[in-house]
Amino acid sequence: MTIELKNVVKRVGAEVHIHETSVAFESDGFNILLGTTLAGKTSLMQLMAGLERPTSGEIWLDGRNVTGVSVQKRNVSMVHQQFINYPNFSVFDNIASPLRVARMARAEIERRVGQVAEILRLSGMLDRKPHELSGGQQQRTALARALVKDADLILLDEPLANLDYKLREELRDELPRLFKDRGCTVVYATTEPTEALLLGGHTATMHEGRITQFGPTAEVYRRPAGLRTARVFSDPPINTASLTKKGSRLILNDRVGWPAEGARAGLPDGHYIMGIRPHHVTPRGTGPGTVELEGTVLVTELSGSESVVHFDLDGQTWISQSQGIHPFKIGAAARFRMDIGKSKLFDLDDKLVAA
Amino acid sequence: MARISLQDLRHSYLDVPRTEDDWALKRMNVEWSDGGAYALLGPSGCGKTTLLSIISGLLMPTEGRVLFDGGDVTDIPPDQRNIAQVFQFPVVYDTMTVYDNLAFPLRNRGTAEVELDGKVREIAAILDLEDTLKKRASGLTADGKQKISLGRGLVRSDVNAILFDEPLTVIDPHLKWILRSKLKELHQRIGTTMIYVTHDQTEALTFADQVVVMHEGTVVQIGTPVDLFERPKHTFVGHFIGSPGMNVLPCTLEGATPYFDGVPVPTEHPAPGNGGTERLEIGVRPEFVSFAEDGIPVEIVRFSDAGRYQIVELRHGEHLIKLLAPEGAALPSETAHVRFDPAHTRIYADGWMMG
Amino acid sequence: MTNKKAYPKAWLFVLPVVALVAFNALIPLMTVVNYSVQETFGNNVFFWEGVKWFEQVLNSERFHASLLRQLTFTGIILSIEVPLGIAIALTMPTRGIWVSVCLVLMALPLLIPWNVVGAMWNIFALPEIGLLGQIINGMGFDYNFTQQPLSAWFTTILMDVWHWTSLVVLLAYAGLQSIPDAYYQAAKIDGASGWAVFRYIQLPKMKRVLTIAILLRFMDSFMIYTEPFVLTGGGPGNTTTFLSIDLVKIALGQFDLGPAAAMSLVYFLIVLLLCWVFYTLMMRTEEQ
Repeated sequence: MTIELKNVVKRVGAEVHIHETSVAFESDGFNILLGTTLAGKTSLMQLMAGLERPTSGEIWLDGRNVTGVSVQKRNVSMVHQQFINYPNFSVFDNIASPLRVARMARAEIERRVGQVAEILRLSGMLDRKPHELSGGQQQRTALARALVKDADLILLDEPLANLDYKLREELRDELPRLFKDRGCTVVYATTEPTEALLLGGHTATMHEGRITQFGPTAEVYRRPAGLRTARVFSDPPINTASLTKKGSRLILNDRVGWPAEGARAGLPDGHYIMGIRPHHVTPRGTGPGTVELEGTVLVTELSGSESVVHFDLDGQTWISQSQGIHPFKIGAAARFRMDIGKSKLFDLDDKLVAA
Repeated sequence: MARISLQDLRHSYLDVPRTEDDWALKRMNVEWSDGGAYALLGPSGCGKTTLLSIISGLLMPTEGRVLFDGGDVTDIPPDQRNIAQVFQFPVVYDTMTVYDNLAFPLRNRGTAEVELDGKVREIAAILDLEDTLKKRASGLTADGKQKISLGRGLVRSDVNAILFDEPLTVIDPHLKWILRSKLKELHQRIGTTMIYVTHDQTEALTFADQVVVMHEGTVVQIGTPVDLFERPKHTFVGHFIGSPGMNVLPCTLEGATPYFDGVPVPTEHPAPGNGGTERLEIGVRPEFVSFAEDGIPVEIVRFSDAGRYQIVELRHGEHLIKLLAPEGAALPSETAHVRFDPAHTRIYADGWMMG
Repeated sequence: MTNKKAYPKAWLFVLPVVALVAFNALIPLMTVVNYSVQETFGNNVFFWEGVKWFEQVLNSERFHASLLRQLTFTGIILSIEVPLGIAIALTMPTRGIWVSVCLVLMALPLLIPWNVVGAMWNIFALPEIGLLGQIINGMGFDYNFTQQPLSAWFTTILMDVWHWTSLVVLLAYAGLQSIPDAYYQAAKIDGASGWAVFRYIQLPKMKRVLTIAILLRFMDSFMIYTEPFVLTGGGPGNTTTFLSIDLVKIALGQFDLGPAAAMSLVYFLIVLLLCWVFYTLMMRTEEQ
């Protein structure tokens, strides 16, 4: 099942919520919409569901133009961030509700509900009401309701955002398994890059109503087409600095330089922006393929197994993330090693030139 | 600044608690030293917010005493305990400007305008709120409002402790980093006792010097982030901290060596004496599981690219084992053997660490 | 919004109501407009008068007097009922069994038919046999609402406050209930006094609800007819003759349909204008 948006634009009053967008989502793996709040993920989902009509453009499902079709006729399921269940219905009735609307036979309803409840581990709670369940259980009920309909298109709008971090981890592991082999297209919205990476599939990074890049998740992560995409797809935030190429050397902030190699050697001289992720900036001695930086430590955050050091480099704040415990003191001078092979170069138009 | 002690504290929301389950907080004795940064970490419903409310004075404990610097404050209301609290969602006085919001606690205590002006501006500078002082508080973004909430606590010079109740819940992920490191920086500059409640282990471990891990109303372990990571005293701590959490596998003991499904697992922390009829388990974190020539035979189920590392799911019989591999490392395709690092393999009896 | 044309059948459901409203409201309204621009002496003979009735009404002393009485009445009513209503809502319990009891008690005055309310207070306030009348006279005041303007006003206002404050109470209570606990906790920690909590937390958060309450009370009190009519009949003399009572006197008492129709249209426009002004002001202060 393929859902395709063709030149879709959404305007509300004077604001443009979605700029002209064309994209196609398939049913092989999760399709992730990654972006900050207000990037347009929910607006895009509402257009795909049929809850909102595009101001212009078309929406096609499996080769049929469904732009004017109402949501009830589109065979879509949606799960929201705020566990939405009918408060007066039991878990069983909640899960069965779309089937009842479709006027399915009672025996068939019972069979399907039982099956889905089993998958989501709700079998023992079918007669409870939502307010008697924990957050995780309520969200699983909402997921069950989406699954049981066997819809062609399933939209998940940050479904795990209101859950405990550990519960989020567990459900995140389960989700791909739940939707495998069903032939449906799943679109999943999230603000967290780590979640996008772990869910795999394809990712569309969104920024201010535009899709900045769409492709296999690992590729969008490693070869972001622009700095904006790289920023959206980094947690902790990506380090950036201005870089100048003179002849065969690349010079950072007019201070540290290194020879340009490989694809970078072929670039025209001039100014560029370098982006390097925090885990490629580590506090250890020098080594091959690395360049040393010296900065003043601002804050050190030590979690059990990692150190995140914020340091000042020529007036900019850089972040280093590494394994092991490195307790620097505030204000101390510290040396960091930057793996330049992993840095990404962007030209001043925000396009990737070397990765 | 104060040293905070909880003596024989127990709390139940019911009028007549009967069973152990009726107690939201089971009996505990905790000491927090002056000027430390603490985190209360645990899943929803573990009692951490209850504990925070008791410390702040918004809740009176059913049993036990709360002491600030040795003085009993159990019966004293919040405004006389000299504490400040930042809530889950920003609490600001909408009709007042940012300046008036920050000045409010001082005005209520009768501080002279001249004096409070200096203090308000100082705190606004630390929190990067200087440009917004004249604006109406309701017009700021969520993180700005949280900063105002924080600022209202900081302006008071007599504050014993600042309490945070999941303060980053409504903040966008990419702003969470900034606000979190700001809190850490604040603590390192001002040195007030800070107690931070959260269910997110990254927040807890990066912020706190000491973390109190709670589960179902009990304090399971108190320790530094490194302690909790390397020496989890209970399988719950091992599971809850770390993403993914610790692998817990059933084992048997022969002599002093644990055996997992017939394969000996060398460990540097053998069990003292011999176990009786307890449930025995091995705990080892995915970071310390590695591929080897021989060891425990496993088959590869799935691997996920998480950016800076890869999570590999392995199966041995009906047990799942997780392993962390570095970014870009080559992985075996179907079957392999794994070893556990003996220095980080521990034995647990009925969930508690032995030895 | 999705396709509205997808549901043409929906109009069929609405048709009976539309017909009813048309019959009961639109046609009479059109009739009034018709009468307001014509003169009749009976026998279905009409003469076009244009704006003559409107001019007459707007210039008449009588109209100005009842308008003034009306505005004074509404002003006093609002200034008593709104603060009183908020005060009662603040003292009502928020949890436990007494909540339902209080809510029912508050709702009771609103359930009584309005003419019964008027009749009740009539008897209650009679100087010789009414409990209220007796008590006030017993306290040394010279109280007789059928003969003294001041007593008549006092009684009318008291009756309206008794009848309608509950509405403000219930709305304000609902508004208060929606304030999350964390605000009160933060205020406690900030050391705010009870008055500061009211001014900076409760009142701003209740703004929307209070707007509705004030608007409702304004409209209803401006159009009030039944209760004062049953209570005082507009007397003594015409001291409690509010706009609607006066209108009925002209229309049915004197059978001056033309002026009456004109007056009712002017009345309607005044209410509309004041409501619009008030509402816009409230919405604008909110946007700021």
